[in-house]
Amino acid sequence: MRKSVKILSAIAAAAFVSSAANAGTLDDVKAKGFVQCGVSQGLPGFSNPDANGNWTGIDVDLCRAVAAATLGDASKVKYSPLSAKERFTALQSGEVDVLSRNTTWTATRDTALGLNFAGVNYFDGQGFMVRKSLGVKNALELGGASVCTNLGTTTELNVADYFRANKLEYKLVAFEKADEVVAAYDAGRCDVYTTDRSGLAAQRFKLGKPDDHMVLPEVISKEPLGPVVRHGDDQWFDIVKWTLYAMLESEEMGINMGNVDKMKGSDNPGIKRILGVEGDVGKNLGLQPNWAYNIVKQVGNYGESYDRNVGPDTPLMLARGVNNLWNNGGLMYPMPAR
Amino acid sequence: MAQGVSNSNRPAKPPIWNDPVYRALFFQFLVLGGVIALGAYLISNTLDNLARQGIASGFGFLDTTAGFSILMSLIDYSEENTYGRAFFVGLFNTLLVAGIGIFFATIFGFLVGVARLSSNWLLAKMATVYIETLRNIPLLLQIFFWYFGVLRNLPAPRDSAMVMESFFLNNRGLYSPRPVFEDGFALISWAFVAAIVIIIFMAKWAHKRQEKTGQQFHTVYASIGIIIGLPSIAAVIAGFPMSWNYPELTGFNFTGGIVVIPELVSLALALSLYTATFIAEIVRSGIMAVSHGQTEASYALGIKPGVTLRKVVIPQALRVIIPPLTSQYLNLTKNSSLAAAIAYPDLVLVFGGIVLNQTGQAIEVLSITMAVYLTISLLISAFMNWYNNKMALVER
Amino acid sequence: MSDQKPTHKLGEHPDWAPPSITIGAVGWVRANMLSSPLNIFLTLLCGYLIYLSVPPVVQWAFLDADWFGTNRDDCSREGACWIYIGFWFKQIMYGRYPDTEVWRINFAYALLVVAAIPLFVPSFRWKGWLSVFLLIGYPIIAFYLFVGGSFGMEHVETPLWGGLFLTLVISVLGIVASLPIGIVLALGRRSDMPVVKAICIGFIEFWRGIPLITVLFMSSVMFPLFLPEGMHFDKLIRALIGVMLFSAAYMAEVVRGGLQAIPKGQTEAAEALGLSYWKTMNLVIMPQALKLVIPGIVNTFIGLFKDTTLVLIIGLFDLLGMIQLVGTNPDWLGFHIEGYVFAAFVFWCFCFSMSRYSQHLEKKLHTGH
Repeated sequence: MRKSVKILSAIAAAAFVSSAANAGTLDDVKAKGFVQCGVSQGLPGFSNPDANGNWTGIDVDLCRAVAAATLGDASKVKYSPLSAKERFTALQSGEVDVLSRNTTWTATRDTALGLNFAGVNYFDGQGFMVRKSLGVKNALELGGASVCTNLGTTTELNVADYFRANKLEYKLVAFEKADEVVAAYDAGRCDVYTTDRSGLAAQRFKLGKPDDHMVLPEVISKEPLGPVVRHGDDQWFDIVKWTLYAMLESEEMGINMGNVDKMKGSDNPGIKRILGVEGDVGKNLGLQPNWAYNIVKQVGNYGESYDRNVGPDTPLMLARGVNNLWNNGGLMYPMPAR
Repeated sequence: MAQGVSNSNRPAKPPIWNDPVYRALFFQFLVLGGVIALGAYLISNTLDNLARQGIASGFGFLDTTAGFSILMSLIDYSEENTYGRAFFVGLFNTLLVAGIGIFFATIFGFLVGVARLSSNWLLAKMATVYIETLRNIPLLLQIFFWYFGVLRNLPAPRDSAMVMESFFLNNRGLYSPRPVFEDGFALISWAFVAAIVIIIFMAKWAHKRQEKTGQQFHTVYASIGIIIGLPSIAAVIAGFPMSWNYPELTGFNFTGGIVVIPELVSLALALSLYTATFIAEIVRSGIMAVSHGQTEASYALGIKPGVTLRKVVIPQALRVIIPPLTSQYLNLTKNSSLAAAIAYPDLVLVFGGIVLNQTGQAIEVLSITMAVYLTISLLISAFMNWYNNKMALVER
Repeated sequence: MSDQKPTHKLGEHPDWAPPSITIGAVGWVRANMLSSPLNIFLTLLCGYLIYLSVPPVVQWAFLDADWFGTNRDDCSREGACWIYIGFWFKQIMYGRYPDTEVWRINFAYALLVVAAIPLFVPSFRWKGWLSVFLLIGYPIIAFYLFVGGSFGMEHVETPLWGGLFLTLVISVLGIVASLPIGIVLALGRRSDMPVVKAICIGFIEFWRGIPLITVLFMSSVMFPLFLPEGMHFDKLIRALIGVMLFSAAYMAEVVRGGLQAIPKGQTEAAEALGLSYWKTMNLVIMPQALKLVIPGIVNTFIGLFKDTTLVLIIGLFDLLGMIQLVGTNPDWLGFHIEGYVFAAFVFWCFCFSMSRYSQHLEKKLHTGH
């Protein structure tokens, strides 16, 4: 029986334990040939598996862009679906290379948890969803309501702050999993369902009668959602950060999946730099010169990713709003790639 | 063969590596060393991981302001309190649901266990069907069924089912009036305490008298009279210093009164129905373990059936029942942690869930959580061991 | 009776039939359901309860139910909609395992059934070897089949595993792996060596004292930090390790019960023959003790099988997890009850048949003594 234990552990070691040298994350990724990306367990528009396990979403696109930049192939991504509870441990312990899981950038997470936020890929805010039949017009009428939400998130703290600041009574019913929150709200356990507004838009389709519900106008918090990496590997931090900037920058310059090959021949020095025809941004990141070309060619620019996953033409129907580029009145401001 | 070995040519002492005493010592050192080495390896890895990435550690977070609210609390709690206080909120909620579960599971389990032995065929079969069905379905599934299955069918607050304008049932819970104690209520409380003391003394006196003279005294009826009578007299003297706070529909929900949240109801219901199946089987085998001769002998002595059951059968059955019953109580307490799957704010949900997520200090939080369950387990088994010994001593 | 003239001489048997109301159906009902006022009351009460509960359930689950169809519109919603279960059957059974690879799971099931059948044939000779194959060889074959990545089979990542398949993987592997650990712990707990004994008692009481859910939380958020930098286990493997250690503690207590049932004379006789400790255990004690504890092992397995549902809380989609997941599909909302009832039925079938088997074994073992 000892023998069997040994054999079993050897097999397990061969297939399940991915052991890596103490090198940087980039070298690890190149050595194993894929990016291990932490995503949600299913949030339409952000990271959601279809019935066959193919992942789509704006967070998933970021993972794919990182794979395109580092390995030249956007499909070289493996996804780890993580619960809200597991996500930081998974990143801290090195189980995932990058966490792209609609995670809010907060001071505690950025410092005490040993994490670095590499930017913001979706500016969100917390909102409330209620039944239309309640006749509520704004959040200040919610005194005495039962509120359903996910436990252990920033959402839970924000809602406490909001109701306290407005001196309103409330009962918070906090669930471990998002699906349970939706099921309980749908069953009538709560008057209000609160989470990020993008989440409300996505989860609404899991309700029995989506049209019976409405999102209140108030936005009660800032929820900058972005990709996260570990402390202590600056090169990898830079790569993830500039992957996001490259997607924004290419949108700003009008480069998209369709025209990227043509754009390579452009005279615009900015376009030449980002596509690696000129300058050595790629080299400084430790990547191929055509890193950004691969991103745009295989994943698309930020605007394309947005429209494909959460934009007005998708079921989520989220207007671009603050997530527009800075020169279109939004908050998305890529740093200059030079 | 033994004769051939005389004292003079006794075999020499075995070499040290073959001496059982030294071998045992060596082996123990080996095991101890291995366990310590493994522990040290894991701890050093952990410390290394924490230090390398600058992850906060230590128990300082317990004094930090929590900032989240909790659905149900037995002690005063608000968002301004600390994580430490949130811990106690969770702990008390766990103890509450475990206590309720144990209470109902015991009663129901005893009833079903006896029903299964009933001479009434229909009753016995129904008890069997109940036991064989519920014990073979995972508890988590039953909790989900009661919570998501039954909750969906309860009315909204505005269409609550109500009894006498004071009890309301809807999908936010079961509301009942809450007694409000006014000045002078202390008198009633003291009268109640006094009643209990009097009953204890009376029971002792009655027992002694019966041993001496054989005369019986109706202790039960007298006790009921005293425990109701004394506080009633006190209430009359104090002028009924108590009123009721009725639940009222204001806005979305009811306010006032006592509310039992649906999470608590479904969790306690599932826990007691599930555990009762195991208790019923334990009770059945306990009663069957008492030989029929005991009952017959008791009848032969002219002892009435009720007294036979109380004084002859049950005391002997209890001796068989208590050890496995203990482990069922332990199981129920541990199973109450499934509260995390529905939103009942028990220790695992509040501390192992919310606090863990907010602080990110998984190791500290989970260690505390596990230590609590370990302590509860050890306490219950210590108590039950004591009780068991006491029962066993009665034997001779 | 008393004024009736005896028509038979003393010592001769009257051949009268018993009174008609004491035999047949009527007599049976009178004796078993109506023997006293209390029993009459209980019978009526039970009858009322059955009347309240059974007809609506039968109506819902069978008479009004929809059995045939391919999509949601085929459901009349008057009773249960079993089309829902049929539609998602593949997901409920295999999770997100790729369609083209499902044969691997079915093949493993078939292999298990074929290999296990001879164990129940009393005259089969090589039961020992077959057991060794089932405990060691089979898991290795099954492992290669499920994971793939070799012998030309596509690699299937564990996040795609799910449904009843995952439930079986976790519970079966948990019980198989916990058996050897449990035996070692049980022997350690009964050892004369104080240090070994203390460590084993500490280990067993620790794992038995904490709820499985905290073990699973530990495996999902604490284990990764225990490992050296750069070494990670798959989430499923971490959960399996947790389940394994947890059930090993319970297994140890079951085995200890078996060891205690073996008279001390057996050990003494073996020692008198000069057998070493391990030989005594392997050749004399264990074969007897393990036979005794088979019902206990089956019961532990039933408990573990039910407890595997807890893995859904850490985000693994076992049978119940998959039922919940497909219940959130926007096209198929509102079929929670059907899902839960189906899951309950599957679990019940497994657990009930196993508990019957364990009772049968217990009876068989009892007659042996």
